[in-house]
Amino acid sequence: MLTENRITPEILAQHSLTEEEYKRVVQILGRQPNLTELGIFSVMWSEHCCYKSSKAHLKRLPTSGGRVLQGPGENAGIIDIGDDDAIAFKIESHNHPSFVEPFQGAATGVGGILRDIFTMGARPMAAMNSLRFGPLEEAPNRNIMEGVVSGIASYGNCFGVPTVGGEVAFDKCYSQNPLVNAFALGLFKKDQIFYGKATGVGNPVIYVGSKTGRDGIHGATMASAEFDTESERKRPNVQVGDPFTEKLLLEACLEAMKTGAIVGIQDMGAAGLTCSTCEMGSRAGTGVEIDLQFVPQRETGMTPYEIMLSESQERMLLIVESGREQEIFQVFRKWGVDVAAIGRVTADGLLRIKNHGTVVAEIPNSVLTDEAPVYHRPMQRPEGKPVRAHLGRGGDVRHSTLTGGIRAENSPNLSRSKMDFGDLFQKFLSSPNLASKEWVYRQYDHMVRTNTVQLPSADAAVIRIKGADKALGLTLDGNGRYCQQDPRRGAQIAVAESCRNLVCVGARPVAATNCLNFGNPEKPEIMWQFSEVIDGMTEACKVFETPITGGNVSFYNETLGQGIYPTPVIGMVGLIRPLSHMTGSWFMKEGDLIVLCGELAVHDGEYSQAVAETLTDFWEERTSYGDFYAPWVNLLPCPPLDLDYEVRVQRTCLEAIEAGLILSAHDCAEGGLATALAEMAFSNFGKPALGAQIEIAGGVPVENLLFGEYQSRILVTLREEDLRALKEIARKHSVSLLPLGKVAGSCLTIRVGDSFSLDAEVPVLEEIWRNSLGRLFQNSL
Amino acid sequence: MKFGVIIFPGSNCEHDVYYMIDKILRQPVQFIWHESDDLAGCEAIIIPGGFSYGDYLRTGAIARFSPVMKSVKRFAERGGLVLGICNGFQILLEAELLPGAMLKNKGLKYVCRHVYVRVEASDTPFTSSIQKGEVLCIPIGHMEGNYFVDDGTLRRLENNQQVIFRYCDPQGEITREANPNGSLSNIAGICNEGRNILGMMPHPERASEPELGSDHGLLIFHSMVKSLVPSSHAY
Repeated sequence: MLTENRITPEILAQHSLTEEEYKRVVQILGRQPNLTELGIFSVMWSEHCCYKSSKAHLKRLPTSGGRVLQGPGENAGIIDIGDDDAIAFKIESHNHPSFVEPFQGAATGVGGILRDIFTMGARPMAAMNSLRFGPLEEAPNRNIMEGVVSGIASYGNCFGVPTVGGEVAFDKCYSQNPLVNAFALGLFKKDQIFYGKATGVGNPVIYVGSKTGRDGIHGATMASAEFDTESERKRPNVQVGDPFTEKLLLEACLEAMKTGAIVGIQDMGAAGLTCSTCEMGSRAGTGVEIDLQFVPQRETGMTPYEIMLSESQERMLLIVESGREQEIFQVFRKWGVDVAAIGRVTADGLLRIKNHGTVVAEIPNSVLTDEAPVYHRPMQRPEGKPVRAHLGRGGDVRHSTLTGGIRAENSPNLSRSKMDFGDLFQKFLSSPNLASKEWVYRQYDHMVRTNTVQLPSADAAVIRIKGADKALGLTLDGNGRYCQQDPRRGAQIAVAESCRNLVCVGARPVAATNCLNFGNPEKPEIMWQFSEVIDGMTEACKVFETPITGGNVSFYNETLGQGIYPTPVIGMVGLIRPLSHMTGSWFMKEGDLIVLCGELAVHDGEYSQAVAETLTDFWEERTSYGDFYAPWVNLLPCPPLDLDYEVRVQRTCLEAIEAGLILSAHDCAEGGLATALAEMAFSNFGKPALGAQIEIAGGVPVENLLFGEYQSRILVTLREEDLRALKEIARKHSVSLLPLGKVAGSCLTIRVGDSFSLDAEVPVLEEIWRNSLGRLFQNSL
Repeated sequence: MKFGVIIFPGSNCEHDVYYMIDKILRQPVQFIWHESDDLAGCEAIIIPGGFSYGDYLRTGAIARFSPVMKSVKRFAERGGLVLGICNGFQILLEAELLPGAMLKNKGLKYVCRHVYVRVEASDTPFTSSIQKGEVLCIPIGHMEGNYFVDDGTLRRLENNQQVIFRYCDPQGEITREANPNGSLSNIAGICNEGRNILGMMPHPERASEPELGSDHGLLIFHSMVKSLVPSSHAY
């Protein structure tokens, strides 16, 4: 019975198993697998499920710390946030399905991550997502983005979780490889955590949720290969989401958990029934035996292979205390959710699948999970430096460090006179990368659950914890461009920026989750990038004391051999306590001082020189280009970062916030100082637009001053009388403070030295910034 | 005053409303399951927002047939206070407790943001603590809030002053730009002729604490508490 099918090389190829892997399968089983077993091996040993290329590297990440209650390996990481409260959070990619079918791909991505959270017993409190698309000048990219955003909205809004933040970025490399990374966070009490373990021999295995259909078969395998021109045909591999059922499943699961009869629970995500059964068995060191005849099915005539590999959504597997099945049945029936006992926990460590009593598959659980292949794939640093701008002339432009606004040098820049900085500034603000993402977040219900105390567009999202004087700061940050130029430093910057964003809202960073989006790991250059990113992330997370409690790796983000930039995304969570420390990022009132915390421009010959020179050249060549910003930034090397200094800048800001000195704080990085100042000036819910008078001593090229993306800088505003106290704190941390000017009027005026001045009406800038993204979609109708 | 908050499968603002009544308004409150026909002695019923039964067919189309809605209907006919918020408003329309229907938003997209509404009448139990003409800042979050009704009914609604909230700008001007979804005559909320049933698209429970950016929504619930005739509408 177990060998009814012959496994031919063609079948093997369809299952993306290598010859060596197949040999191991035969060796483990002591016989040839049948087709069902081959299918089970192929999904469990796929990159998506077993992390075979990344596992060896992921071990280097810091994963423990005082607050960590659960690190990687479970459905989500768990952090202690005091008062017996705990949070579960995680980020996961749904890149491949979102390319094949944007709406459903993104929707089911949200559904999957929400299940990861409530399967642990936590009620989802917030969702975010990190999205990357190709340039919006191209219609296919607009279609993908429109579908993805609607998909996220449709799922999250119906489910009733607020989508409170995230990031959206655009670059050519994401044209055929959109990235959709979904994050979710849930809240519960420390003593109410549930795990995915099939403990207690004899306990019944209970299936709850949607019926199983033929959708999504081999989704995990799809996500473990590159795309080609035939990818359209993979559409049936994408699952279809039903947020309503998920909402019922949530309420039913949380209610069922209260009975105390559930001993283990896991959602059926990638690789569906296969993954949940063998993982739960493996974690508990037990066996799981199920009979497929009891699995609720949506279609007739499904084979064991199809049932085991289906990725139908909104399903969970429970292990229930023997004899208490009825209590569980009752709860799920009340919510109108299918529930069926399909098997039992056994002592033999085997995953045994029966169909109407006949064994159709039998595999040790552990070989599918812990003993899955691990590869140390070859790595190779790419030859030469990444493609970068031709830096043209050089030598005459000086970079410099400005401290205390004192500057002696003047540097000639011949082309500057030709450049219209006012126009350039507007081009920056209209770039989809820098413009307001209002068009996106207005489609998301970001207020349901009434905890959203910081509306989208702040440096980080903030949700309060009801009944306690505390809140959580949440942010997602990634930067493929920097990582392409220097994967290690790029990853450090991603961590540094996410912490900086949290600090700006008054939160202390506590822990992180990561989503690692890369190209084909079989290419040594990609593996090198991956390894560098892991090292950079490890170094940074150690410095910030923010362990990584889990996450996800997405390889094979390549279409027709064209890969993405290495794009690690960090989901960082911070704690605000008390709530009154929460800080906004907008000018509050006229007369407030504007001060830069950190260095205005940093000594780094390569980066500073490139900024000054490429901007001029690029301006001359590409003045009519739609998105000016992205192609320009691609010409630059990765900005410098000194982790030690970064920490000190952040400590200075946070201490000042906690001392009540800071009225508003804003990260000053992407788009440079000019963009950051404008963002602070714009109107915000209930607050009118306010201008500023900025004066900076000359000496640094204006290009660097206005648009250089130097790290470790935070703009703060404060009352004049608090400057002394802020200086004290800065001195303690040896951090430079540079008073830039005051909040005033409705114009943003930036004067540099005696010869340069930029004057712009804030409402004019705001109109461009606020509506540019939406306009790209209106015009396409 | 005891509030009842109805839970349909797919409701998702029930906890928010419950929390607001319990912790902010400090009034007794309890959930009422959609399959129940017992309103448990509640003196005001709130139908919260969400996606009842998934709203895959048409918003509120299935919820109207639920057992609890029969009881709500009887309760309302006897003068009991019924407030439908967002999906609750849509359900009240489908149940024909209020006239009209909802179309998809003008922009064909879900819209979540703070809006301003002008209070058009203060002679209802829901607005008695608010001056006519006062502007409230309350968030919306919906895909189908584009209120529509035939001309004759609209005239009747206007004549009877059944339009209670209209989308406006921060100064209280009723403008096209201030209308987030294309609703007829900028209508954001209406009541029945008896003035004891109110349907509104904005979420007052999301504007009930200063931390949330606005507490204007609380005025509506304060009005309800204030206007209660002791226990006479209990059912």
